[in-house]
Amino acid sequence: MMDQRSIATLGHLVQPARVHRSLYADPAIFELELERIFGAAWVYVGHESQVKNIGDFFCTQIARKPIVVVRDATGELQVLRNQCAHRGSMVVASDQGHTDEFQCCYHGWTYHLDGRLKAIPLQNGYPQDFNPKSDKTAMLRLPRVTSYRGFIFVSQAADGPSLAESLNHMTTSIDDMVDRAPDGEIEIAGGVFKHTYNGNWKLYLENLCDAAHPWFTHRSSIDAAQQQKDDVMSDGSGEIAIRQMRQNGAPYSFWESQVGIWTYPNGHSYLGDYHDDANLVAAMNDPVFRDYIAALEAKQGKEKTKKILEVRRWNSNVYPNLSFMSQFGQLRVIHPVAVSRTEVHTYCFKLRGAPEQMFRNAISFANIVNGTGSLVLTDDLEIYNRIALGLSSEGAEWLEIGRGYQSDGPAEHGGRKGKNSTSEIYIRNMFDAWLGYMTGAHATSAAREAVA
Amino acid sequence: MSADVAHAVIGNDAVRIDREACEAFLLHEARLLDEAKFDDWLALFTLDAQYWVPSQPDQQSPHDTVSLMYDDRRLLETRVRRLASPRIYSQEPRSRTSRIVANVTIEESGPAFVATRSKFMMIEFRRGEQRLFGGTCFHRLVLQDGTLRIRLKRINLVNCDAPLDGLVVPF
Repeated sequence: MMDQRSIATLGHLVQPARVHRSLYADPAIFELELERIFGAAWVYVGHESQVKNIGDFFCTQIARKPIVVVRDATGELQVLRNQCAHRGSMVVASDQGHTDEFQCCYHGWTYHLDGRLKAIPLQNGYPQDFNPKSDKTAMLRLPRVTSYRGFIFVSQAADGPSLAESLNHMTTSIDDMVDRAPDGEIEIAGGVFKHTYNGNWKLYLENLCDAAHPWFTHRSSIDAAQQQKDDVMSDGSGEIAIRQMRQNGAPYSFWESQVGIWTYPNGHSYLGDYHDDANLVAAMNDPVFRDYIAALEAKQGKEKTKKILEVRRWNSNVYPNLSFMSQFGQLRVIHPVAVSRTEVHTYCFKLRGAPEQMFRNAISFANIVNGTGSLVLTDDLEIYNRIALGLSSEGAEWLEIGRGYQSDGPAEHGGRKGKNSTSEIYIRNMFDAWLGYMTGAHATSAAREAVA
Repeated sequence: MSADVAHAVIGNDAVRIDREACEAFLLHEARLLDEAKFDDWLALFTLDAQYWVPSQPDQQSPHDTVSLMYDDRRLLETRVRRLASPRIYSQEPRSRTSRIVANVTIEESGPAFVATRSKFMMIEFRRGEQRLFGGTCFHRLVLQDGTLRIRLKRINLVNCDAPLDGLVVPF
């Protein structure tokens, strides 16, 4: 079993351009990841638009730990362990809602929205040292909660780098999400997909910037979409889906010449946009997008609008559990459940002040890209399942993450850049972060390349 | 309100579509799906059809909330074409399904259309795992050339908002 003594062993499992299969298959390593990565890193838990008013709350998990995110009586954001201080029962059982207080259903211990104990029945008979004002009788607050432009992150480590230090240049991807709203605000809307697979959590982020897989993995939906007649009735949603599937059929030459990949410290990365279909994404000739540009210019001015729309990023991945994409207002949150079991929740964002049709398009896009019944995502889920099945064998001991390894180079703002989007630089970058969290070694690609 | 009989009018002729006729149609549809005759299943839909599996109980619209599946006719054709692809990896191996359709009622009817409500259960088996789905189906059926066709099929899964592994075979 892995424990504190085997840090040296952990360090050996990540080597230049390859990683050991146990990183995806060993339950003991998974448990350590929950403790050292999810228990320490800044983890995305939700968005402030989900708790607009005092008393609004929603429940989620950090890894497997239930938490409740709530706007307390003073308007402050609180993130509490969803656990009664009395006998440990989960207190809040609704996914979301509005309340004045939290009350445990077992013996009626009742809490303020900031977690402090408010009332208990049968106040007599407790030991002398029983103190209803102490942390021991509260729903515990998570040590560090910070929100960046509405995106709420939590760190379970009492100290360490601030959220701003951890995100560093990746704040610009969040800025890109929010700045696109004519009224300068975005909100989560349109429900949630919760999709699951029998594979490791790391596979999900590794796939989101993988420009080399669509040509193969998504062949069935690319072929079906390419063969689809365009004169068949569509209310617009199917058209968006089919255009997206066709884009996935871009040849390798396109990915290698037109699309970039950038990485930043702490495991973060983003993929450049890859769409050349003028009717699909931010495109000057699309009538809905023209209306949107007009709304943005009216609020933000022409100069600023131009700057905002010049940012063309596809998926931005914030390690270890968040991925989002501004152009269609999509966001994914990864929840590790077991070494070979992962649950992903995906959301849409609505841009305040944008034409309603923009949001309808985001919904159509979500259905094809993140939908549990999507023609595209289902083949990704199949791949994750098959990787887990394959890695249950000891045959392939080391897994290759070396594509583009010789050609990684520095980028502005402390980042690094792959030669093109088929480089696996962003996977190597995530394993640098993994090593840092797991061993405290803070290795970097550059340092390891120097050694190699 | 449900009725046992719906009356449709085609040209000058009144056509009687009773509950039994609707049930026979729904059983035929379920059989085509179980036998993986997806092209034949697609042929049951009108050219302006919609096929909808909401992601939330009581979901009002497919346009302001995400859906497990929401296909206009164009996307439904693409979905069915993909099911026939030899490279649909999420169907390698193929699923086997077994459906039961029951509790069929006519909810509404009018000139040349019938709205039915039915219950379904579907077992899906693939790669050693068996999943059970159940819920309520709403069909809006229309008469075209004397034949029933599906204008809208809505499937309310009991567990539509649960975390789910990928859904590939249509309900």
